[in-house]
Amino acid sequence: MPNLDGLVADDADKVNGAETAPRQQREKPDPPGYFEGESMTRRRAFTIAAQGLGGVAGAAIVLPAVGFAIAPIFHRGKERWEGVGPLDDFVEDTYRQVVFTETEGIGDAGKTTAYIRRGSEQFDEDPNAFIAVSNRCVHLGCPVRFVEAAGNFICPCHGGVYDFQGKRIGGPPVRPLDQFQTRVRGGQVEVGPRYSVTSQLEPVRARDPGEFTGGIWEYLYPPRPSTFPPP
Amino acid sequence: MPKIPDKIVPAPLRKPAKPGAAGDPKGQAPQDLKTAPPERPTHVQRLTEQAKEAPVDVLAWVDQRTGATGFLTGMLYRKVPKGTNWFYTLGSATLFAFILQAVTGVFLAMFYTPSTTQAYASIAHINNEVPLGALVHGMHKWGSSVMVILIFLHMGRVFFFGAYKYPRELNWVIGVVLLILTMTMAFTGYLLPFDQRSFWASVVGININGTGPIIGPYLSDALRAGPELGATTLSRFYAIHMLLLPGAIIALIGAHLYLVVKLGTTAPPWVRAEKPKVAAPVAELDAGVERNGRGNGAAPRA
Repeated sequence: MPNLDGLVADDADKVNGAETAPRQQREKPDPPGYFEGESMTRRRAFTIAAQGLGGVAGAAIVLPAVGFAIAPIFHRGKERWEGVGPLDDFVEDTYRQVVFTETEGIGDAGKTTAYIRRGSEQFDEDPNAFIAVSNRCVHLGCPVRFVEAAGNFICPCHGGVYDFQGKRIGGPPVRPLDQFQTRVRGGQVEVGPRYSVTSQLEPVRARDPGEFTGGIWEYLYPPRPSTFPPP
Repeated sequence: MPKIPDKIVPAPLRKPAKPGAAGDPKGQAPQDLKTAPPERPTHVQRLTEQAKEAPVDVLAWVDQRTGATGFLTGMLYRKVPKGTNWFYTLGSATLFAFILQAVTGVFLAMFYTPSTTQAYASIAHINNEVPLGALVHGMHKWGSSVMVILIFLHMGRVFFFGAYKYPRELNWVIGVVLLILTMTMAFTGYLLPFDQRSFWASVVGININGTGPIIGPYLSDALRAGPELGATTLSRFYAIHMLLLPGAIIALIGAHLYLVVKLGTTAPPWVRAEKPKVAAPVAELDAGVERNGRGNGAAPRA
């Protein structure tokens, strides 16, 4: 009987004189935690998967909500025309003030004022057109008034002054007054969408007050999709 | 103010004893136990005793489940530096102004209608017909100016006392964001009465936003929800004013206060550090250790 002290059951091989080569060890993973053929540990794979799913779920909630909030940037309303009076109401050498609705559904707050005259050979290419000048000061949006004695538009807020055609001649405004498209339907003058003009009175898409027009400014203050193309 | 008896304040919430203050000697039974056994309390006495313990029991029940008292004692009895003065209350004053705005705002919302055709009428109704309506509306209206003034004074205090420096820079940044949010709050709230002043002030404010190059025009459209100020603009401002900004402000105030408690406040710039009571400079002590190998067990420097 051989001496069995200090041996355990698994050491039977030694006792029996069988092959004493070490049993095949499981290969030590290198780097630790990775086994052959694996590019990542199981824990890491699950972490990435869980975080990815969480991100997808979060995006599914946040993206539609944010899109909903900023969608009005890309929405253009219906083109709106409104009759403001018979042709004979308007003359060449002075403006007549009309009030009409620019934004529907908000009562008086949606109304705006335009000053309208007939085109004249002295100022306009087309003497048969009607010129509708917006009373919105292009400095910060205060209402300007046409002062007949001076033949100028004058803004009460910060002293902006525009000449008879709406070109800036003094104060902080950055461009001429905006205009509205006009047309004649059934003996009535109708005013339509707003547009802005450059300092040479060339029509461009409507800009907000405070934004320059023409030249490089057309890129620095890009036209907004919510406005109508100029005539 | 009368002092709250320690009896009804749970032990963890009591003001900690000053360091070194003498307490009962440890490991000794109270004197009365050594001499005579206490008399048995009567039934009424026991009930009275239990009634007195009731508030402590309730607080202890909550404390055992939340651990709140440790946090509260740490916050309420934290050390403040010498020279702390009334200027240090400007932050709390701003917080109070915000709470005032939140509370009055909730009650105004019960009567206000965020619709372009009814907003002005509902404000007139609050001011003229609702009992105390003019007072609550006035508190909210003037309180907004108070909050803006206080937040600027608080910022000035932090700036002139140098309290924005390391390690409090992040708290300064959070404070600046809070300032911007407060101004946005004032701006969006201004439109809500929808009278002439509100309307034109918002027109001007949005147009100033639009003067930023490239993104300005789109920012204006997003604020107005369209090319012109309209019905959606009002509900949009209302939602921002009522839901979006208050949540953001409350969260940031939480972070702001957490950092105040964690980092502590600064002493005013005119308070100088006291001279250390140890006479020998540290360098000299180190030199002594190096020379003779003695010292308080520290190994000689290599």
